[in-house]
Amino acid sequence: MSEAQAPLHHRFHLNMGPQHPSTHGVLRVILEMDGEYVLNPQPVLGYGHRMQEKMAEARAWPGFYPNTARMDYAGALHYNHGYCALIERLAGIEVPPRAEYIRVITSELNRIASHLLWYGALLLDLGAFTPILYTFDDREQILDILEDITGSRLTYCYFRAGGVSRDIDDKFVERTRAFITRLRSRFPMLEKLVNGNVIFLKRVEGVGIIDKDMCQRYGATGPVARGAGVPYDVRRAEPYSVYPEFDFEIPVGENGDSLDRFLVRFKEMEQSLRIIEQALDRLPDGPVMAKVPKKLKLSPGDVSFAVEAARGELTYYLISDGTEVPYRMRIRVPSYSNLSVLPELCHGMLLSDLVAAMGSLDLVIPEIDR
Amino acid sequence: MMESLMPELIRMVVAAVLVVAFVFLNAMIMGYLERKLSAHIQRRPGLMEVGPHGILQLLIDGLKLIGKQLVIPEKSDHFLFRLAPVLSFAPVVLPFIVIPFSRKLVIRDLDVGLIFILAISSLNVLTILVAGWSSNNKYSLFGAVRSVAQNISYEIPMLLSLLAVVLMTGTFSLQGIVAAQGKIWFFLIQPIAFITYIIAGVAETNRAPFDLPEAESELTAGYHTEYSGMGFSLFMLAEYANMFIVCSIATTLFLGGWRGIPLPFGDYSGIIWFFLKVYGLMVFLVWIRWTYPRTRFDQLMNFCWKYLIPFALVNVLVTAVLVKVL
Amino acid sequence: MSKKGYFTELYVGGKSLLVGLGVTFKACLQPIVTVQYPREKLDITPNYRGHIELRRDPESGECPCIVCGMCARACPSGCITVEGEKKEGEKGKTLTVFALDFTRCSLCGTCVETCPKGAIDFSQDYNIAGFTREEFHYDLIRRLEERG
Repeated sequence: MSEAQAPLHHRFHLNMGPQHPSTHGVLRVILEMDGEYVLNPQPVLGYGHRMQEKMAEARAWPGFYPNTARMDYAGALHYNHGYCALIERLAGIEVPPRAEYIRVITSELNRIASHLLWYGALLLDLGAFTPILYTFDDREQILDILEDITGSRLTYCYFRAGGVSRDIDDKFVERTRAFITRLRSRFPMLEKLVNGNVIFLKRVEGVGIIDKDMCQRYGATGPVARGAGVPYDVRRAEPYSVYPEFDFEIPVGENGDSLDRFLVRFKEMEQSLRIIEQALDRLPDGPVMAKVPKKLKLSPGDVSFAVEAARGELTYYLISDGTEVPYRMRIRVPSYSNLSVLPELCHGMLLSDLVAAMGSLDLVIPEIDR
Repeated sequence: MMESLMPELIRMVVAAVLVVAFVFLNAMIMGYLERKLSAHIQRRPGLMEVGPHGILQLLIDGLKLIGKQLVIPEKSDHFLFRLAPVLSFAPVVLPFIVIPFSRKLVIRDLDVGLIFILAISSLNVLTILVAGWSSNNKYSLFGAVRSVAQNISYEIPMLLSLLAVVLMTGTFSLQGIVAAQGKIWFFLIQPIAFITYIIAGVAETNRAPFDLPEAESELTAGYHTEYSGMGFSLFMLAEYANMFIVCSIATTLFLGGWRGIPLPFGDYSGIIWFFLKVYGLMVFLVWIRWTYPRTRFDQLMNFCWKYLIPFALVNVLVTAVLVKVL
Repeated sequence: MSKKGYFTELYVGGKSLLVGLGVTFKACLQPIVTVQYPREKLDITPNYRGHIELRRDPESGECPCIVCGMCARACPSGCITVEGEKKEGEKGKTLTVFALDFTRCSLCGTCVETCPKGAIDFSQDYNIAGFTREEFHYDLIRRLEERG
C-alpha cells in the first residue's frame, strides 16, 4: 500500500499510547492510517524525561551512580559499568582483575535477565500470554542472585569507579553455576513452545526488515544491527574490561527481519552463559576495589566510553573542567537510535505487524527519554 | 382453549428461566475454569482467596460488575451503545432451545435444529458490529470490522464440515443425528470435518489464537474497549455461552451427544455424559488459548481459504460419493 | 508458501502446534512456582539494601557516629541531615539529630561507604508504605533507641 493509492480523505490518525499495552511504557506513536495499514508512524518522546544528563552536570561525579541504573531498568548494570569505566578512564584508575571479572559476570547475568524480559514481552505483544511467565520464572532466579550480591533487585548501584562495592562469595558462584545449568535445560522448552511454533514464525518472518544500510543511516546497534547481519558488538569492536580474554561468538542474522532479531537475542543468552562459565572458572583472587581518593577531582578534558548494553551500544561522553562536577555529560543510548528506525521501517505495514516489529526492537522507554 | 395453552406456557417460562440461569452459571464455571487452568499452565495457583480454592470468586466478580457504573462515552451513539450488550445476549440464548442434553431433556427437537442454531448464532456478529460502531472509538471499530470479516468467512468451513455429517445421517434434527451415532461416533468417520469444525469454531467464538476482534496488544480490547460494568460482563457472558454452543454442536454431531457408557443414574446419565464432553472440549479451547500467539489478519483469511475450505469441500464430496455408493 | 510445499507446511505447522500444547500440558502438571505474598513471605537476603539505619558498635553498645557529616555530603540527593553538639567532659561532638528523608533517597549506598566509623548500615525493611510524606521522614536516633 503506497501513499499514491490511499486518497487523503481515507486516512485518519490513530493514537497509540502513551497508554497502550504494547508500547511498553510511556511511548506515544501517532499512526497515520489507511484502514489497517500504517502509512506514517511518528513516535512522540519525552513523557518520561527526567533530565538525567543535566543531573549529572549538577552534582559531584559520585552522585550520578544511582541515576545510571534508572535509565535502562532492564539492564542497569551495563549503565553502571559504562559510567564507572568512564570515570576510571578519565582518572586513570587501574581496576583490580577480580573486580573486572565480577563486573563481567554480573553484567552478563543482567544481559540474560534483560533478554528474558524482552522474550516474554515480545510474545505478549504477539498475543501469547504464557511464555512471559516462564521467562519471568528464570529471570527471578537472576534477580535473586543479583539481589544477594548487589542489595537491590532492579535498579542496581553496584559498580564503583575503581571496582565493585561488595565482593562475591562462594554462595554466589554456586548459585550462578546452578542457574547456568537450569537455564540451559529451559532453552529446549522455550524452543518447542515458541521458536518452532508456526503461528509465531508466520508473525515475525519477513516482518520489519532492517538492512545494513538502514542500520548505518540511523545508527542502530546491538541485536538490531546484528540481526541485519552487521557483526558489530562493542565487546569485540572496542574491547573493554576483560572481555578479550573470553571465547564467545557474536550471533548475526541474515535477512534483518523480526525473526532474525529474535534469534540473535536468543543465541546471545547462550553466549552470555558461556562467558559467565569461563569467568567463574578463571575468577582470580584479590581486592575488588582500587585505591581511589575520597575526593577525586576530574582532570580537565573530555573522555568517552562505550559498552555493549543489552540493547546496543551505550556511550557516555563527559567534558570536565577540572572540578568534581562534570561540565557536560552526554549519554548516547541504544534504544533511541533503534526507535528512530520506526517511521521508515513500518511504512505501509499492517497494524499487527507494527506491534511485532516494535516489539522486536526491544525498546525501553525511560532509556530513550532519559 | 386455555387448558391446552397453559402447560405449554409454563413449559416456555420454565425453559426460558432455566436457559438464562444456565447462561450465567456457564459463564461462572467457565470463568473459573479458564482462570484456574491458565494459572496452572503458567505455574501459578490462580484464584485462592474467596472460598476454598477461590470457587466463589466469580460470584464476587459478578456482583462487582453489576455494581459498577456503565460509562457511556459522550460522543457515542447512546441508544445503540446501550442496546449492543443486550442484543448480544439474544442469539446465545436461543440455540439452547434445540440442544439435546439427553434422550428426553430437550426443549424442542426441531426438524431443522442444526440450521436453526447456525442461523441464530451468525447474528452474533451483528451485535459486535453495533458495539464497535456505536462506541465511536477507532480501536472498537477496528475490532468490529475484523470480527465481521472473520466470522463471515469462517462460517463457510463450519457449514461445510457440518454438511458432511448431515449427508451421512440425512437429518437436520439434532436428536436424529445423535440417534444415528448408536454404533460409532462420527469423529472417527469424519476426522477432517471434526478438526475443521473445531478450528472454525474457535474463530467463530473469537478465541485465541483467532481473537483478532479483541486483540489486546493491538486494539487494547477491540469492540468492547469502551464498555464497563454490566455492559462488559454481558459480552463476556455471550462469549462463554457461544463457546458452550459451539462445543455442544461438536459434541452432538461428532462425539455421540449424550451417549456414553451407561451410568447408574438412569436417564440422567445422558446429561452427565453430555456435559462431560462439552466441558472437555471447552477446556481444550482454553488450553489452546493459553498456548499460542495470535495470528495476523491476512494469515487468518489465508488459512480459511487455502486450507479449511478446500479440505472441507473435498471432504463433503467424498462423503457424498460414499453415501451414494454404499 | 513458496519455499515449502502445501502439505509439508500443513504437516510441519500442525506438528509444531501439537508440540506447543505438549509443553503447556507438562507445565500444567508441574508444581506452582509463585509465592502467595501476604500469606507466605520469602526470606530477604541479609545483603538487602533498604533505607539506612544507625547501628551500634557491638563492643561498646554505643553508636560510633562522630558527627563528621561525610554521609550528608556524599548523599547525591541531600536526604540526610546530621547535627551534633559539643558536650562538657566529652571528646568530640555528640549526635543530636540524624534525620533521613526517605522520599528522596535512591538507595545508592554512598553514605554507608563513606562513613569512616561504620556507624550506618542498611535496614532490611522492604514492604514499607504510608499515607503521608512525613511518614518517610525518619528520625534514625529514635529508631535506634526503639530497637534497643
